[in-house]
Amino acid sequence: MNHGIFEKNSLVLLIGILVVVAIGGIVEIAPLFLLNSTIEKVQGMRPYSPLELAGRDIYVREGCYNCHSQMIRSLRDEVERYGHYSLAAESMYDHPFQWGSKRTGPDLARVGGKYSDGWHVAHMHDPRSVVPESIMPGYPFLAERRLDYADIAGHLRALKLTGVPYSDEMIAKAEADLLAQVSPDSKEAKALLARYPKAQVRKFDGGQDTQPSELDALIAYLQMLGTLVDFAKFDAAGPNLR
Amino acid sequence: MTTPPRDEVVALSHAVTVLVAVAAGAGALALALATKDPVMSFHALLFFAFCAAAGYYVATNPRPGGAAEQDSYMDGPIKVATVAAVFWGVVGFLVGDIIAWQLAFPALNLDLPWTNFGRLRPVHTSAVIFAFGGNVLLATSLYVVQRTCRARIAGYWAPWFVVWGYQLFIVLAASGYVLGVTEGREYAEPEWYVDLWLTLVWVVYLLVFLGTLWKRSEPHIYVANWFFLAFIVTIAILHIVNNLAVPVSLLGTKSYSLFSGVQDAMTEWWYGHNAVGFFLTAGFLGIMYYFIPKRVERPVYSYRLSIVHFWSLIFLYIWAGPHHLHYTALPEWAQTLGMTFSIMLWMPSWGGMINGLMTLSGAWDKLRTDPVVRLLAVSVAFYGMSTFEGPLMSIKSVNSLSHYTDWTIGHVHSGALGWVGMVSFGAIYCLVPWLWKRRGLYSLRLVEWHFWIATLGIVLYISSMWVSGITQGLMWRAYDSLGFLKYSFVETVAAMHWPYVIRATGGLMFVLGGVLMAINVWRTIRGDVSVDMAEQPASAAAPELRGEASAVPAE
Repeated sequence: MNHGIFEKNSLVLLIGILVVVAIGGIVEIAPLFLLNSTIEKVQGMRPYSPLELAGRDIYVREGCYNCHSQMIRSLRDEVERYGHYSLAAESMYDHPFQWGSKRTGPDLARVGGKYSDGWHVAHMHDPRSVVPESIMPGYPFLAERRLDYADIAGHLRALKLTGVPYSDEMIAKAEADLLAQVSPDSKEAKALLARYPKAQVRKFDGGQDTQPSELDALIAYLQMLGTLVDFAKFDAAGPNLR
Repeated sequence: MTTPPRDEVVALSHAVTVLVAVAAGAGALALALATKDPVMSFHALLFFAFCAAAGYYVATNPRPGGAAEQDSYMDGPIKVATVAAVFWGVVGFLVGDIIAWQLAFPALNLDLPWTNFGRLRPVHTSAVIFAFGGNVLLATSLYVVQRTCRARIAGYWAPWFVVWGYQLFIVLAASGYVLGVTEGREYAEPEWYVDLWLTLVWVVYLLVFLGTLWKRSEPHIYVANWFFLAFIVTIAILHIVNNLAVPVSLLGTKSYSLFSGVQDAMTEWWYGHNAVGFFLTAGFLGIMYYFIPKRVERPVYSYRLSIVHFWSLIFLYIWAGPHHLHYTALPEWAQTLGMTFSIMLWMPSWGGMINGLMTLSGAWDKLRTDPVVRLLAVSVAFYGMSTFEGPLMSIKSVNSLSHYTDWTIGHVHSGALGWVGMVSFGAIYCLVPWLWKRRGLYSLRLVEWHFWIATLGIVLYISSMWVSGITQGLMWRAYDSLGFLKYSFVETVAAMHWPYVIRATGGLMFVLGGVLMAINVWRTIRGDVSVDMAEQPASAAAPELRGEASAVPAE
């Protein structure tokens, strides 16, 4: 073939480039929206509660993904160190995904419940007070800052547009649910638990302020990571639909 | 060169430019007052200042029109991009070195929101890739396309808009990261409104580049322009698809990506790996195909190899993304495809390396006498080295060890510092005397110093990262005699301390090299008398000044 056609016509060259670079992406990306293994639902998965979501936004804001992965690979040592390998369904409501690419710190996909709230409070204030060899930055300002949740319903609404199944009720009650998650034994907390099963309700940062701090939200998020799917019942080969 | 624009066109271009600046500025001011988001308010004010400055400049500097406007190459925007590349380069290297020291000595995070590693690392990656690399690409592509087409850049205000609009993008993105505004996906951190702005700037860039190709007085489009065009078009596609997002409010900074989980991961690494493939490789190969032949005054080694190199590289690269997701929840067939194409990619990469290096045929002595040639040639050698290491690391069994460790960081930097950095330095050292009509650089010996300091810095950097990465990967998977994991995670962190100190020292040397370059570039632009003109090759001088140069005064 005469390559001169491409060299003498910029539009032919442009179209040639477009065709050649389109193929790989289409073959690799398009099927992921259709294949069962990448879109299957697994029992236990639910959208984030408003407080967890606010915590996740702080996780993203501070760039935690630069040093912590949330993706346990199907390798023996990883499964023994961190727990069951991560399922596609476990990040189905993650906009954006936070799988990460570097483990300067450990994987956090199943960090929920591994440490006490008090440990997290101390660790966020000064990581080296609980892990002397740690090289993590301290985040003392999180405990001092009140969480800005004025537009939390707007956050849920935006996520609903991307396909997260937040109901109208969840959006209407977003602010009440956010406050309820730091008010144990309240009527509102019961309503929250009905909407978001397995949500953990308590004052996470150990403070006296009835208003949640940024640290409350972040710890609420960390403490639920990897806790939604019950792997005692999960069967990789069987139907796991809700 | 070409027919001058008609007077109506000139008047219309002038009026529309001023009107758009006024309207955009007014919109920005309204947004700054309406929003409750302090970062959005700050960014709207920055945008307003940009529009006001642009509008004022255009209004007070009317377009001349007529033949005078068309009788030379347009180098003003190229000069801006060249200076910006040097400036952002030093800033980006410095921030990188600061965060490298933070990893060795965590107290340097200062425990403040604006100074922690998590917020500064995107400042570093965006500053070096998009601010430094992007400005080098803007400068070189607009320079090369004019010379190889023998045509002035298309547009009058458009090239200026591209260059200054791109600087605004950098400032919005970086200040956003420091203030906690990020989309949270690596190398695609800018928020939705910054992405929209970049899309506009990029489309104008594409039109300016294509428009210049359309005006060309050469029948053939030169090979460097194929690579530049592929880079511009593909980056546009990657940027738009990967950044699809739903903003929480049109008055706020926050958005959520349209895709989630495994689809988001695949899209992100399709983008991420091809930011490497098309931004940091195809674009810089365009530089290689112009600046090496020009500096050594030899033709490109093989025309046929250029054709094979070009089409196979752009076809194969786009498939390689899934090698970032081995053993994850991504389906295995996609991982295997990613691995297979990554290994195949080795061939066009080395074909290109051979084409670049063999261009020195008959001029190998210049490696000894001209440090600028040495920068260009060593960059191609680093390209060969990292495009061998990359396919190796994409093999699943190797990746199971290397992934999540510093080996990846070392690999990236052998490509980034060795290939992209050095080919950029070589191109900048060529461009500055050519653009500012000087007979050579202020000092070729400073280039020699830059070369050696940077090279030693790179060696320290990548060897320490090999050591730390492989050590950590092996420690994570080590078992004791009873079958338990041998090391806790934090023991593997403690083992990284000395490699991190060595890496940060290597990085510091690379920063110092950048500072030497900035001094050299500054003194060349200022027109200081060169300290070693006799040692500089004829090709160091601006094309207009070669030959019986002494008769022609500078400028």
